[in-house]
Amino acid sequence: MNSGDNKDKVTIKIPRRLYEEVKTLIADTGFSSATEFIVYVLRDIVAGGKLQKQESVDSEEMELIRKRLRALGYIK
Amino acid sequence: MIKPHGGKLINRVLEGAAKEAAIERGKSLPKISIGQDTLTDLENIAQGVFSPLEGFMNQADFRSVVDHMRLANGLAWTIPITLDVSRKMADQLKPGSEVALMDPAGDMAAILYLEDKYTFDREEMARQVFKTTDDKHPGVKKVYEMGDVLLGGRIDLVKEQPDPYARYNLSPQETRTLFKEKGWDTVVAFQTRNPVHRAHEYLQKCALEVVDGLLLHPLVGGTKSDDIPTDIRIKCYEVIVKNYYHPQRTVFSVMPVNMRYAGPREAIFHALLRKNYGCTHFIVGRDHAGVGNYYGTYDAHYIFREFEPQELAITPFFFEHAFYCRQCGGMASSKTCPHNSAEHVFLSGTKVREMLSRGEIPPKEFTRQEVAEVLIEGLRQRQQQ
Repeated sequence: MNSGDNKDKVTIKIPRRLYEEVKTLIADTGFSSATEFIVYVLRDIVAGGKLQKQESVDSEEMELIRKRLRALGYIK
Repeated sequence: MIKPHGGKLINRVLEGAAKEAAIERGKSLPKISIGQDTLTDLENIAQGVFSPLEGFMNQADFRSVVDHMRLANGLAWTIPITLDVSRKMADQLKPGSEVALMDPAGDMAAILYLEDKYTFDREEMARQVFKTTDDKHPGVKKVYEMGDVLLGGRIDLVKEQPDPYARYNLSPQETRTLFKEKGWDTVVAFQTRNPVHRAHEYLQKCALEVVDGLLLHPLVGGTKSDDIPTDIRIKCYEVIVKNYYHPQRTVFSVMPVNMRYAGPREAIFHALLRKNYGCTHFIVGRDHAGVGNYYGTYDAHYIFREFEPQELAITPFFFEHAFYCRQCGGMASSKTCPHNSAEHVFLSGTKVREMLSRGEIPPKEFTRQEVAEVLIEGLRQRQQQ
């Protein structure tokens, strides 16, 4: 995405192949550019206010892991 | 802690009531018997070693990986992870249905949620992934032996297989926990399918100088029959770690992944898997995962240029050929040593095998005596069997 000269904008790099796929995806859809589409999608996500937190191992599972690591001699 | 590839560590091991229900359901499902290599891949998917994969590749991912070294969503991935069956078997299966995957003992190992089934071009796959269509290449040979149809879809594991190396087999979640306990922010992984000789030890210790910890992480999945047997290698790793590695800075664990011998592509694959284990750096030596003369000495270095650093998000440490130099009086590499190769102590794999089979200990500048003794005794016992 090219920010041009506008200081209110920043450049974000995305994989070229994804960029090409986005261009194909938006053909004949009313989006005038990949940038316009990506900004639209990101605004939609940000408007949600939060993302789903990454599932992490709960404390019970973590204690089981520590127990195994201790039993194997990896930690004291 | 570095994020797993794709952002989330996959866990598709069923437990408790969900597992019991799946086993009960599996009794009435169509059944496919899978071999050891597929079983190993299956367990690695379930345990998160292959994150972000949640199952065997569907056609879109397979094609994208073969052609572009990326999954269909653009995420870097270089080795197809597939489930092949005969055309006759495939004809009996319907996408959208469930299939029971049976292990060699006849027990259900997992449920496959069949998403699609598709044919593939063996030669094209070999050419793209292995850079050769020569059936003497061990990876290509396996491709030519695959069934005609590939099945794609997520899996749930219901039976974990007996593991002869369980004492050293830590899952990605376990190594991540271990590194956290040790307070390591940066960890370099060393991949090998060979005993560790002085040159490998040198690379590992050079790398360790600039990170917090070292994960000595040999591969213990399927290898070629002429590679050193895994049980002997394990003893070699045990003696060298015990005698020459700093216990507070080193973790020795194993990775139960099959070798593909895909050279450069496998170097990327091995790096991504180590990211899942929580490593931030990965050592790439000469002819990584190579076999015969199929790949250039440093092809496994060059392939990293085909990815943006953020696509891989694990930092490769590229090393050149290492050896002991008599003039330098220590270990060195072609990058650091100015002396003639006549001053370098380096033995080919063939030469080492010949010496060991005669019970001769290679020069101490080439290998640690403790390692040589383990190899000689291990190979002697093999010859007697």
